Amino acid sequence: MDFELSADQVALQDGVRNFCEGRFTIDTVRRLEASGGIDRGLWTELAEMGVFSLRLPEDDGGVGLGWADAVLAFEELGRALVPGPLVWTQLAAGLVPGAATGETIVGGLDRDGEVALVEFPGAIDVLLVLDEHGAFRVDPRSVVLRSIDAPLDPLTPVAEVAGLLPRGDQLLDAEGATALRWQGAALTAGYLLGVSEASTDLAVAYSRERVQFDRPIAAFQALKHLMADMLVRTEVARGAVYAAGVTLDDPSVGSVERAVGSAKLTAAEAALGNTKTSVQIHGGMGYTWEVDAHLHLKRAYALEPQFGSRDEWAERIAELLDALVA
Amino acid sequence: MDLRYSESENEFRKELREWLAEVLPALPAKPGPHAWDERRAYDTGWQRMLFDAGYAGINWPTAYGGRGASLTEQLIYLEETTRAGAPYVGVNFVGLLHAGPTIMTEASEEQKAAHLPRILRGEEVWCQGFSEPGAGSDLASLSCRAVRDGDEYVVTGQKIWTSFAQVADYCELLVRTDPSSKHKGITWLICPMGLPGMEVRPLRTIVGSSEFSEVFFDDVRVPVTQRVGDENDGWRIAMVTFSFERGTSFISDLVETDRTIGELVKLARRVTRRSATAWDDVALRREVGHLQAEMDALWAMTKRNLAQADRNGVPGVGGSVMKLYYSELLQRLTDVAMRVLGRAGLSREDVGGLESGAFVEERLRSTSFTIAAGSSQIQRNIIAERILGLPKDR
Ligand SMILES: Cc1cc2nc3c(=O)[nH]c(=O)nc-3n(C[C@H](O)[C@H](O)[C@H](O)COP(=O)(O)OP(=O)(O)OC[C@H]3O[C@@H](n4cnc5c(N)ncnc54)[C@H](O)[C@@H]3O)c2cc1C
Repeated sequence: MDFELSADQVALQDGVRNFCEGRFTIDTVRRLEASGGIDRGLWTELAEMGVFSLRLPEDDGGVGLGWADAVLAFEELGRALVPGPLVWTQLAAGLVPGAATGETIVGGLDRDGEVALVEFPGAIDVLLVLDEHGAFRVDPRSVVLRSIDAPLDPLTPVAEVAGLLPRGDQLLDAEGATALRWQGAALTAGYLLGVSEASTDLAVAYSRERVQFDRPIAAFQALKHLMADMLVRTEVARGAVYAAGVTLDDPSVGSVERAVGSAKLTAAEAALGNTKTSVQIHGGMGYTWEVDAHLHLKRAYALEPQFGSRDEWAERIAELLDALVA
Repeated sequence: MDLRYSESENEFRKELREWLAEVLPALPAKPGPHAWDERRAYDTGWQRMLFDAGYAGINWPTAYGGRGASLTEQLIYLEETTRAGAPYVGVNFVGLLHAGPTIMTEASEEQKAAHLPRILRGEEVWCQGFSEPGAGSDLASLSCRAVRDGDEYVVTGQKIWTSFAQVADYCELLVRTDPSSKHKGITWLICPMGLPGMEVRPLRTIVGSSEFSEVFFDDVRVPVTQRVGDENDGWRIAMVTFSFERGTSFISDLVETDRTIGELVKLARRVTRRSATAWDDVALRREVGHLQAEMDALWAMTKRNLAQADRNGVPGVGGSVMKLYYSELLQRLTDVAMRVLGRAGLSREDVGGLESGAFVEERLRSTSFTIAAGSSQIQRNIIAERILGLPKDR
């Protein structure tokens, strides 16, 4: 057993991080609001980075890596707050032609009991719909949508499905759809882990600069303890997120469902806890549009219900536990 | 990243499991909380069995008679022994996990030869005389005075919260040898218990038994040969020991916490209110599932810590994070258990046909986990200052 990143994994992490720092600065990300969260050119660059084709075999034009590598890449995307239906498109690679290369932007929605909102309605080429029977490919132009002017997250535009959602072409059976949900939970958890880290870094940096009562507010123990808890939540979630990736790659090491559930739940907890704390540490600045703290907070809230909310996973893990305990 | 156990690690687990299955059923009954002589005999007897089977000092290097197990094997050892309900390290704690490792790295050859083999065989019990009435979290402010008189130190002062003092043979004692310097005026002594002028007064704890004591020193003469390291270098030596404490020493508590979640499920299925069981309540199930998700994450983090410790020689950010998180998690868990118990929680003995007493006991016991070995507040200070690099308060 050696649960530490391999040299290749560190290189992958650095590669994606450097790419994001160069191409997805926070100014760039903010500018994407005007174009519905997506710029085709940048999307192609993400594809060229291998963000979507990462797990495809090399013979199919992929990189031949696994889920453990994919969650690392998504952690970096989350750190940079890269917008777009990244998780759905990555899940669709190999399933929907053009997803891996970035030509086809794939959005998605899980029909199970949720209000039917489509994210990035203006940008997606394909809508992947999951329900209890399987996964279906739907043409977004065939869906009647009611546009929404005020999304929670300015970088996650949404529209409401008005009327019936067309059935579309079936791509996967029920079992396949369940696997996608688990994989989606792991990738989303990776992204949320990155958001948790970014919001910690932001709060720590601000607290060192901001002076009140003649000292940096970082010296106040009340704030130090809040920031210590940010780090703690992040590190605990990191364990679960990486374990989820490893378990998806090799289910012999544990229950995949429990591993991805623990990852999604703790990463959402870390992201929400940290982004709220970051707003608080910024004081009045945290309440402004100008400071990035609100972007972290809104992304965390936007992703919490995706691929199983904390409540849903907590209940599911209790069921799994119930079955285990004699 | 690899979570698979190697063939030899699986083999190690299998052998240990077989050995535990063989010896545990034959163990005598666990003595009661107040029977201190019997408790010592029970814990040291178990230590002797470990020694004879080659499991004593699982983390000690083979040069000192230990098993020299890899960190993964240590994890397996702690996991298996805890799961199987093997005796806890008990009165051997300080000797095996604190004084022993300190002696290994800092003491003279004579001192090593005098103590290490005896600790391993369960022949010598140690206690830790660090905390004082005036020096808790701020340990370096300790004032128990040692004045050099020829080839002896004359020790006067008081220690407090000294666990197992009433059954110990030796005390790892921190004394003040230079009052003019805080950190650089402390010395580490091997103090035999029961020297003239020493008095041990047991204190009654929250669970009713006397797990720790006050120890008074009145002109107690300790030979200078009992000093470990140089005079006034005791703080550094004590810090070396703390780094051991924060590595793997909480793993069995973690495994125990994980096991307790399962026990809580069993309890909740049996507690009935009106016509439904507590487990029928979705709010409770969510809460328990939430705790389990956190526990799984913490366990995964622990494996990462070990991998980092293996590479770098020291545990990663993990030590403080793990201590802080599991101790607070355990308290939340036992809080939930108390809620499930309702009025059954009024008794520390099993009532209503439920296995309730252990939960009540654990709720009380777990209050100490966020205080001892660096309180939660101190852990947060460490994380803020040493990991996040935030400025000191003062
Ligand atoms: C069960 C148990 C067994 C023990 N066994 C031993 C033993 O064998 N040998 C031994 O030497 N000691 C032992 N201890 C003592 C233990 O190490 C101390 O209790 C611990 O260091 C805290 O010190 P204190 O009790 O004096 O509390 P204090 O230091 O007085 O703390 C009181 C409160 O103030 C807070 N506080 C203190 N400083 C700060 C700060 N800088 N910032 C924020 N908050 C702060 C603490 O978190 C705590 O909430 C044991 C304790 C317990 C509970």
